[in-house]
Amino acid sequence: MRGHRVDLSKLIGSNLVPAFFLVLCLLGGWASRLQVSFILNEVVERLARNALLVLSLIFPALAGMGMNFAIVVGAMAGQIGLITVKILDLGGLAGIGLASLISTPFAVLFGYLTGRVLNITKGREMITSLILGFFAMGLYQLVFLLFAGTVIPIPDKSILLPGGIGLKNAIDLKLIQYALDDLLMVRLGPMRAPVATLLLVAFFCLSMRSFMRTKWGQDFRAVGQDMHVASVAGIDVDRTRLVAMVMSTVLAAWGQIVFLQNIGTLQTYSSHEQVGMFAVASLLVGGATVAKASIANAVVGTLLFHALFVVSPNAGKNLFGDPQIGEFFRSFVAYGVIALSLAMHAMQKQMESSRGMRER
Amino acid sequence: MLGLWNKLLNKYGYPKVSISLMLVVMLSLAVWLGLDPVELVRSSLVRSAMNSVLVLAMVPAVACGVGLNFALSIGIVGGLMAGLISMELGLRGVLGFAFSVVLSVPISSLLGYLYGLLLNRVKGDEMTVGTYMGFSFVSLMCIGWLLLPFRRPEMIWAIGGKGLRTTITLSGYYDKVLDRLIPLGGLPVGTILFFGLLALLLKLFMESKWGMALKIAGLSPSFAAASGVDVDRQRILGTMISMVLGGIGILVYAQSYGFFQLYVAPLMMPFAAASAILIGGASARHASISHVISGVLLFQSLLTVSLPVINKMMPEGNLSEVIRIIVSNGVILYALSRSSGGDVR
Repeated sequence: MRGHRVDLSKLIGSNLVPAFFLVLCLLGGWASRLQVSFILNEVVERLARNALLVLSLIFPALAGMGMNFAIVVGAMAGQIGLITVKILDLGGLAGIGLASLISTPFAVLFGYLTGRVLNITKGREMITSLILGFFAMGLYQLVFLLFAGTVIPIPDKSILLPGGIGLKNAIDLKLIQYALDDLLMVRLGPMRAPVATLLLVAFFCLSMRSFMRTKWGQDFRAVGQDMHVASVAGIDVDRTRLVAMVMSTVLAAWGQIVFLQNIGTLQTYSSHEQVGMFAVASLLVGGATVAKASIANAVVGTLLFHALFVVSPNAGKNLFGDPQIGEFFRSFVAYGVIALSLAMHAMQKQMESSRGMRER
Repeated sequence: MLGLWNKLLNKYGYPKVSISLMLVVMLSLAVWLGLDPVELVRSSLVRSAMNSVLVLAMVPAVACGVGLNFALSIGIVGGLMAGLISMELGLRGVLGFAFSVVLSVPISSLLGYLYGLLLNRVKGDEMTVGTYMGFSFVSLMCIGWLLLPFRRPEMIWAIGGKGLRTTITLSGYYDKVLDRLIPLGGLPVGTILFFGLLALLLKLFMESKWGMALKIAGLSPSFAAASGVDVDRQRILGTMISMVLGGIGILVYAQSYGFFQLYVAPLMMPFAAASAILIGGASARHASISHVISGVLLFQSLLTVSLPVINKMMPEGNLSEVIRIIVSNGVILYALSRSSGGDVR
């Protein structure tokens, strides 16, 4: 009987964050006075377009590198692929395929470099990956503002700024928009679901799950638990971390392509800006911690976080007479949930280390 | 030649040497493009003075061992709150500015105290946690700016009659009150003197008995504890002083700029202040007032000089902003790759 109770409190304890957000979403949904079918449609569409980006965070978390705020470099690689197919004027699924193909070597390179930096800065990966993301955004802007049209020849003048140097702020991606989503759009009354995109997400979930059971997947976890023990056990710690980072970055690149095929417009200098923050917040809302993240966390978190996104402007308008309040509230929630779980993780670490000191 | 280069790097560190070189290149380009060098130096000084106190706020945080204060935006919001209250009361000129500064001290201290309590429970991760605490506080206050009962028409949106504006002009209140306090060829003498006063006070404090305890707590927590220093208390004190300077810093910034910037404006300000002090040669474990002065002069001069130069060479796009992002974050990244273990340890 006693054992049973412990299990129950454990179950609630480990799902406290998602449960809290579920309540918040339900209240928000009620206050927003939106149609249920509208909310569901929006949430399913957002799940399909954001899931890969959130999934891309799992491997680095398992390998003990915390939340990879630097997936923004992956998103940039994806955008490089999309800009290329735009120049080549290749639309539809072929365009998406080629964009993914082109983005991959860039993502591998970017992920490798990020991994190298994070291997120098062990123990403070998260602040480093955050700043590295900001830094990379600067370099990206430099390349596409100054080098595009000068060093890098762009034959398609329509995507350049009037002066002929630098890409325009917004690039129309109509040629690939919905190429994946509309491949298999299932409609049921007022409901619709981009089944092809969801299947792609499911495919990645399943492959990630089977990958985690391989030797590599176990190495990730071993390194994540204790780098020292792992290296004594003969695992090349630095290399394992590099692999986790490269995989994360490549997945983020493809994730950004899926995201933008749904959105249909590339905001050249800002589409990628908040990728890291939204993905990290989604994963944490799903009940993940900085050190422990699962595929279920990613899927549940994406659903809940984006449900909150859909309802909060209307809820804010109805409750306070100002939709802006809802918008500020959701960015507060995103930052707040990250801050809180970073703080909780750090507190736990400090308690463990002080316990360790006392035992010694 | 190579020997001299290495000697320079060892003495001043990579960031300082490379930023100085960039500044020299930009200055020569400016002269070559026919820009007025005297005017460039003058506006560089104005910009440096404007940012100086915000950069100074990094010193006590680093000294007490919590590292670069990436949550300085919390103190900045405290200062903005004090400034807005003084404005709502209709206080103008030197009196308005002085009242804002005095009022900001208790507000920022309280915020700094609460934040310091948190930092004591996340030792080793202060910068990571702090970054997101700063972000969430700023976004929480975005809601606050919309709802707080400020009534003065210059401050709130004309339409709807509530909610503070994104930028609030200080003209008629204390626009450039320090900058123009002592008129001398358009130089911000008053602001520089005010910074000098704060820096002197900070220096006197740091060299006093209390300041020593604070520094020991930062340098070696275990040694400090063994010699009877309450490390946690010193860390809270350092955080509070940093936040107070952040609050005063934004008031100095605003009087020189001529506007209060609310909502998301304070979000990235801590990073600019942190990179300035790093350029001056500080690290996450060691920072002094001389790092503040040289850092803020180099960083702000580079930004000030590069703006017209780049605009003349490349009128399209926002390239000078790009330079700011790359330099600022590159310097922080470099500092992170240098220190070892934990955030600050």
